[in-house]
Amino acid sequence: MSVVTLEIDGKVCTGVSGETVFDVAWNNGVKIPRLCHIGGLPNIGACRLCLVEVEGQKKLLPACITPVQEGMVVRTWSEKLIAHRRLIVELLFAERNHVCSVCVVNRNCELQDLAVELGLDHIRLRYQFPKLVADTSHERFGLDHNRCVLCTRCVRVCDEVEGAHTWDVSRRGALSQIIADLGEPWGESDTCTSCGKCVQVCPTGALFEKGKAVSEMRKDRGFLKYIVTAREKGQWIR
Amino acid sequence: MTVEELFDQQAAEVERQNALENRIYCCTAAGCVSCGSEAVRKAIGEEIKSQGLTGKVEVCGTGCMGLCSKGPLVRTSKDDALYGGVDVSNAAALVSAPETLAPLRIDTSAPFFIKQKKIVLGNSGRVDPEKIMDYIAAGGYQALARACTELGPAGTLDEVKKSGLRGRGGAGYPTGLKWELVARQPGDVKYVVCNADEGDPGAFMDRSVLEGDPHRVLEGMAIAAYAVGAQQGYIYVRGEYALAIQRLQLAIRQAERERLLGNRILDSAFQFRVDLRIGAGAFVCGEETALLASIEGRRGQPRPRPPYPPEAGLWGKPTLINNVETFANIPPLIQNGGEWFASTGTATSKGTKVFALAGKIANTGLIEVPMGTPLREILFDIGGGVPGGLEFKAAQTGGPSGGCIPAEFLDTPVDYESLARIGSIMGSGGLIVMDSSSCMVDVARFFMEFCMDESCGKCIPCRAGTVQMHDILLRMTKGEASSRDMAILEELCTLLRETSLCGLGQTAPNPVVSTLRYFRPEYEMHIRDHRCPAGLCEMKGNEGGAR
Repeated sequence: MSVVTLEIDGKVCTGVSGETVFDVAWNNGVKIPRLCHIGGLPNIGACRLCLVEVEGQKKLLPACITPVQEGMVVRTWSEKLIAHRRLIVELLFAERNHVCSVCVVNRNCELQDLAVELGLDHIRLRYQFPKLVADTSHERFGLDHNRCVLCTRCVRVCDEVEGAHTWDVSRRGALSQIIADLGEPWGESDTCTSCGKCVQVCPTGALFEKGKAVSEMRKDRGFLKYIVTAREKGQWIR
Repeated sequence: MTVEELFDQQAAEVERQNALENRIYCCTAAGCVSCGSEAVRKAIGEEIKSQGLTGKVEVCGTGCMGLCSKGPLVRTSKDDALYGGVDVSNAAALVSAPETLAPLRIDTSAPFFIKQKKIVLGNSGRVDPEKIMDYIAAGGYQALARACTELGPAGTLDEVKKSGLRGRGGAGYPTGLKWELVARQPGDVKYVVCNADEGDPGAFMDRSVLEGDPHRVLEGMAIAAYAVGAQQGYIYVRGEYALAIQRLQLAIRQAERERLLGNRILDSAFQFRVDLRIGAGAFVCGEETALLASIEGRRGQPRPRPPYPPEAGLWGKPTLINNVETFANIPPLIQNGGEWFASTGTATSKGTKVFALAGKIANTGLIEVPMGTPLREILFDIGGGVPGGLEFKAAQTGGPSGGCIPAEFLDTPVDYESLARIGSIMGSGGLIVMDSSSCMVDVARFFMEFCMDESCGKCIPCRAGTVQMHDILLRMTKGEASSRDMAILEELCTLLRETSLCGLGQTAPNPVVSTLRYFRPEYEMHIRDHRCPAGLCEMKGNEGGAR
């Protein structure tokens, strides 16, 4: 492993070859917005919020899957990037029924944080108001499709870390939905181990613990890192 | 079979066919089948028996003869003539005295025929897709023989590079370069994949090639496999193409039986198997990484590139993916050499291109023209122009990823660069003609609806952006949109183009962008005056629009 030096937002940063632009930026204090990426899970480059400008590249590149290269010059914030990110978050708010005032993760929500960070104070797009239901058949947890942004963190954590692969995505496009097993109610799933990993990695209030009222749910952001460190290094440390 | 046997069989079959008094070719491509050509073929067969001409006269089914609008089409070898609009009652005449059918005879010296140049479709309408001997008689599998015995893998690759052939799937990546990338990869396990997931609305080029000349595609794939060092191939064909699937299955079986596929091909050490994978109706599976995921049995969703399939494709192994038409170009290219191929076309776009003419045009059907042919020649000389006395308005190429070309650019030569310059793309070959009764806002809405329905839902800009764009366009056609919506629409166009994960999302705004570029006043009329100049959109308080 060799050390790589690159420039991110005018700041000289060092990383190790094989690391992604996203990780090196975060380790050097440059926070790039993201929704589908979460440390400890394989990256899919789907949310497009971490797109950055790289000198010499015509296209915008997703930081979460772009490996660092020696001498790379990266810009993570520009007017264009902010406009794109704001519109992407705006699209999410218009896509499903995100009502913060009645949500269990109000003030502890990654989508809400993104909107605040990007200065998104109103929605110009037409709300789609899809008719979606909440699955509360599980004993301890609930799934509210209205708040889902389809980042598939739950699908990946269940498959890659827990090894159960209870979650998957059904249908396509705007009709995509997270399903348990082959579309059964969550509570009747044969494969679910009720480990709750999916609930902790979910960026919004789509997956939540039962019995929590508005703003009461706090997701454990260090949870996944704790498990991955334990598994990879055998150290049970927080 | 060995190479000598291949040539012997060819000579024998040609002799047999030449000895016939009359060989009747009945088009059994999907277009003619749908207007009753199977019944015609059966009737001709019975007529041959009842007239006692078995062994002297023969009937065979063939692939697309091109002029689909005049189907069912029948060609007779006795007087070397083409007949259109044939029905069962003509069977007797076709068998013994085709010259009496003069009124049905189609003038093959018309511009529709003489302005075309057939390389890909060379065999279409001339060989029976269900008989391997027909293909062999037409010189089939000799290119594979030449590659295996004369050229070797490096020599084959050189010919393809020399030819300047570019991918016919739409993006136009140089085929030789792609092959070389795969050939250079280390490792024993490599794959060759044929993308037959043709999905653009109005496009039927690949279907016609698969239905009309399946062995050509198999031979092209085998040559590719030989050049890059692959032993396994897959054809990913969309499930809707039942006839193409059936003929491909038959062709694979026949080729394996003749040892032209499978182990010890042409008695050499080269082995190559081909299997079919049937798509389940997702347009996005035509995107190469989604296609590979689908072959592997996973959800058909694109993944970010790099790594590109030549480095890490099917099951992480180097994989060559080419379109049907690209593979169909390979056998004649290898047979006649790269220089021969490069003699057709323009400086940067070589060879010919197959187009499916559809929409408001007299001669709907399948055509093949040299690259660089002006659009006007394709639409007016070959296509016969716009019927019904209406005016030509625009031509749409490239399907939902392409753009609309207005009348002022009719003299643009059709090649990759020229089309890109005027805001469209070559695409896979769909060519839809619109006349003055077509509303461009509605056209844009149609394609956006298509993209919205076909978005896989993985990345946010495409999944949610196409919904919003369609919403705005739909309101425009109802006279309910404002100029603010117009501004948002343009913002979304930029967002999708710059941030979507795969080509489907990145190019989804193209129909909107190109119609905005050339027909902006039409959009403004919908918004400001609640009026549809084409009289197509029904507006509130202004029913039926106004002409």
